[in-house]
Amino acid sequence: MARPLDRRTFLRVTTASLAFGALHRVGYALGATGPGGELSGQLAMKNGERIAPFSFVQLSDTHVGFQGPPNPTGGTRAFERAVEVVNALPQQPELVLFTGDLTHDTEEEGQRAARMKRFRDIASRLRVKEVHLIPGEHDAGFDGGAVFRDVFGETSYSFDHRGVHFVALDNVSRAKPEVGAERIAWLEKDLARFPATAPIVVFTHRPLFDLRPDWEWFTRDGDQVMRVLGRYENVTVLYGHIHREHVHEEPHSKHFAARSLMWAFPDPDSGAEKKPLPFDPANPFKNLGARVVDVGGRGSPGAAPLALHEVELTLREHSGTEGFQQILRPSSLQPDGRLT
Amino acid sequence: MTPMFRWCARAVLATALLAGGPARAAAPRVIDISAKRFEFNPKEVRIHKGETVTLRVTSADATHGFFQKPLGIDLTIDKGKTEEVTLTPQQAGRYTVICDHFCGAGHGNMHLDIVVE
Repeated sequence: MARPLDRRTFLRVTTASLAFGALHRVGYALGATGPGGELSGQLAMKNGERIAPFSFVQLSDTHVGFQGPPNPTGGTRAFERAVEVVNALPQQPELVLFTGDLTHDTEEEGQRAARMKRFRDIASRLRVKEVHLIPGEHDAGFDGGAVFRDVFGETSYSFDHRGVHFVALDNVSRAKPEVGAERIAWLEKDLARFPATAPIVVFTHRPLFDLRPDWEWFTRDGDQVMRVLGRYENVTVLYGHIHREHVHEEPHSKHFAARSLMWAFPDPDSGAEKKPLPFDPANPFKNLGARVVDVGGRGSPGAAPLALHEVELTLREHSGTEGFQQILRPSSLQPDGRLT
Repeated sequence: MTPMFRWCARAVLATALLAGGPARAAAPRVIDISAKRFEFNPKEVRIHKGETVTLRVTSADATHGFFQKPLGIDLTIDKGKTEEVTLTPQQAGRYTVICDHFCGAGHGNMHLDIVVE
C-alpha cells in the first residue's frame, strides 16, 4: 500500500556566499522511490527523463570588450573571477547558463566576433562543459544575431536536463525588445508535449514583464509569451539585462534577474537616474555576482514527501546574499498523487 | 428680412468661408523632433491636455525607435527618414518616450519626455 502523501515537495533553497557576490541554490527534494519515484516516472514518460538532483549556474551581462568608468578593472576581471569561483565549488554544477550581453556592442563585425571569441575563451575555462547561451541586445542588436549564430549557434532553442525542460528565448535580435510572433509560435509548439505540471526554466535576456518600460526593462510582446507560459504551473524565468537582482511573481511563474559581471544599475524605485552605480576601488566586485541553482538531493530517498503542492519562490537573506525557494503547486496532483 | 439683416448674414457667411468653414477643425500643432545617437532633440515636449499635436520625427544617423505605450506612440524611423504620429492626450502627466530600436552603446538612455499639462 502506498504511503499517504504529505503534499509537500520542495525546491529547497540554500544560499552561500561567493567572494564577490551572491550565490543562489534551489533544491528539489525528490526521492527515487515511493510516490516521488512514481511522479518522476510519469514526468519521464512526458519529457524522456526522470527528475533527478542536479545544480546549474546562471551568469549574466559579462559585456566583454567594455571599457569605461563604471568598471576600470580591465574588462573581464569579474567574469574571470566568477569562472574561478564556479570552478572552486565543491559540487560542480552540471550546466552553466549565460543570460545575454556576453559582449559589449561594436559596429565592426570583426571586432564583434573577436569579442565573442574572447568570451568563449574565458568561458571555456569552466570545468563545467555544458554551457548554454542566449544573446543580449549588445550581442545581437546590430545584426539580428548573425555573428552570434556564427560563433555560438541558434539564439532560441530548448533542451531537457534530468527531467527539467529548459528554454532559451531570444528577445533581443529583432533590434526591438520583442520575441516576435514566429518565435512565440515555436515556444508554444515546443511546450505542447508537456503536462501543466512539468518543471520549466526559461532563460532570456530582457524581463518578459513591464518592469520599467521607460528604462527599456520590458519585452514588447512579453504578455503574449506570458499567455503561453501561463498554461504551465511550474515555470521559472531567469533573465539578465537589468544588472541587479529582482524578483517578480506572476500567477504561474516566478521571474529572477541576475546581477551583471561588469557594472550594476541602481534601484529604479529609488528615484536614481539610469546610470551605472559608481565604481568602488576598495570593493571592485560590489554588486556583481552569479547564481547557482541547485536542484535536489537533500531529501532522504524513499521517504521524501513528493506530492507537489505549489510554486512559490521566496527570498532569503544569508551572508548578505539572496536566494529563492520554489514549491510546486497542489493542483499539480490528483488526489491519488498522480499528475494531472 | 431687412436689408441690414441680409447684409449681416452675408458678412458672417463670407467670414466663415474665408476662415475655411465653421465646421473645420484647426490643424494640429506640429512639433519637429530630431533623433540621433543617443538623444532626441528637444529633450522635452509640452502639450496641453486635450490638445491635438503631430510629432514629426526625423532620424539623422541610424534607425531609431520612438515608443510610448500609454500614449499609443510606436514609430520606427530609418536613417534620413521622417515619420509622424498625431495624438490628443487626455491625461496630465510626464510620459517618457524611449528609442526602442537598438542603436548602440548609449541606446539605453535615449529618451524624451512629453509633459501633458
